[in-house]
Amino acid sequence: MTNPIIVRFRLDYGAFQLAVDLSLPGSGITVLFGHSGSGKTTLLRCIAGLQRAQQGFLEINGNVWQDSERGVFLPTHKRPLGYVFQEANLFPHLTVAGNLQFGLKRIAKQSNTADLQHIVELLGIAHLLKRLPDCLSGGERQRVAIARALALNPQILLMDEPLASLDAKRKHEILPFLSRLHSELAIPVLYVTHSQQEVAQLADTLVIMEDGRVQASGPLAEMQSRLDVPLAQDRDAATVWQATVSEHETDYYLTRVVFADGALSLPLVDAAVGTPLRVQIYARDVSIALEAPTATSILNVLPATVTGLADDHGGRTVVRLQVGNQALLAHITRKSALLLGLHADMAVYVQIKGTSILN
Amino acid sequence: MLTSADFDTLLLTFKVASISTALMMVLGTPLAWWLARTSSAWKGIINAVVALPLVLPPTVLGFYLLVMMGPAGVIGEFTNWLGIGTLPFTFAGLVVASVLYSIPFVVQPLQAAFATIGELPLEAAATLRASPLDTFFSVVMPLAKPGFLTAIILGFTHTVGEFGVVLMVGGNIPDKTRVVSVQIYNHVEAMDYSDAHWLAGVLLVFSFTVLLTLYTVLKTQPTAHQLK
Repeated sequence: MTNPIIVRFRLDYGAFQLAVDLSLPGSGITVLFGHSGSGKTTLLRCIAGLQRAQQGFLEINGNVWQDSERGVFLPTHKRPLGYVFQEANLFPHLTVAGNLQFGLKRIAKQSNTADLQHIVELLGIAHLLKRLPDCLSGGERQRVAIARALALNPQILLMDEPLASLDAKRKHEILPFLSRLHSELAIPVLYVTHSQQEVAQLADTLVIMEDGRVQASGPLAEMQSRLDVPLAQDRDAATVWQATVSEHETDYYLTRVVFADGALSLPLVDAAVGTPLRVQIYARDVSIALEAPTATSILNVLPATVTGLADDHGGRTVVRLQVGNQALLAHITRKSALLLGLHADMAVYVQIKGTSILN
Repeated sequence: MLTSADFDTLLLTFKVASISTALMMVLGTPLAWWLARTSSAWKGIINAVVALPLVLPPTVLGFYLLVMMGPAGVIGEFTNWLGIGTLPFTFAGLVVASVLYSIPFVVQPLQAAFATIGELPLEAAATLRASPLDTFFSVVMPLAKPGFLTAIILGFTHTVGEFGVVLMVGGNIPDKTRVVSVQIYNHVEAMDYSDAHWLAGVLLVFSFTVLLTLYTVLKTQPTAHQLK
């Protein structure tokens, strides 16, 4: 299947150059990740048409929004997109309801108010409708901004660091709403951030940007565990697995979750059987054994295959493993790696000491 | 007490100021919008030209206008060619001169208001399907309301108060170009201080009331600063 979002941009500002050639999936959240100045926001603005790349080709679901060779450039207001800015950027002269209606008044009357009502409920802003933006907290403003963008029933949702201007408490107030969008939205979301936490929590696809270029892009777990991008070397390196709750062992305060190629025991999760979960496994919580440990306190022991090793020149070795189809990272000491004689394609057992649930 | 001639000059002044202000808003709004947003090399020159009436003695501006609008001037030849005669010492000439004289008082507050709004609300409107013109009316105008109020009131009151340009271009013709400030001058020339007092008092009270209203209203207006 070919990806329905095709993005090719070249832009030269002298000191900064953007050169991007990407094709992205038509559903789920794609996170554009990178340091400030890596070009991720510029890329998003080019997709929105807020900035115009001198050379560019942009196609969304078969519709060409820009093709510099044929002189096609759809102005922003003609692109069926939703955009959430870093600052909520609400209109201060309109109430929350007025802000939500602003775009709706300008599109054909096909959209129905039931949609808007659903969005208002999804983001928990029903009690704010009559207020002016000045009377809202930062987190509330951002939720209204997200609802305002979604109200138009866009073909793609673009979000530019929507949490960056909020303090930690507000972030935690909004993240659950974003996770909910994740399961409820059928449209693709492009999400710009420099926060690893947001990547782990939201991304399905990850695009890593550096100096105006795409360093790597692909499914989240694959990107997280690639040894040639800096994520895997990070102290907080982790991989995220998609799993489903399969049973609760209430006697032990444990929950069993299954993923494509096995099962894990987690501390009791307050979620019904069948609920999808994102389970984050930190590389530092994964240890490696050559034989199946028979007597160990660790519950989660899984057979795995070593697929790569990287030395950080600081006494630590990053091991990339494959558990069935799932990639996994382990941070172990260089000494252990040498003593175990680890090498690619070697069959081993991984012991997972701790996990965290992201939603 | 105010004489009937005084009332005529008040009425004429009001007419000149109203028409001039309307024209200044129509011309000044796009000009201010352009000045607030352009990075063109012309910006500096146009800014300086617009601000010139602020520093030039009104008689200098009036003198050049008189010459240019006269039968041998550029504007005069043009208006003659149009078949409407020359503008000096006519009501139309007075309006043209007033517009040129007071336009910085309209352009500058508008330009400042537009600059304060910045790019963000415009971009938000664009992502919500509003065309640039739509955005101007639905977002820029409400956010720049204090700027528009200031522009209208300063433009109007400044036109009411002009004297030098009027005298050069319009002269002192009753019911055609004799405005309040000229009438006050006439009274003083005739040593008629009591009539001058009445008319001057009317202008003073009018100007103060209008400005007081403006600043009271401005205090309660939300500004683009609060945009979050």
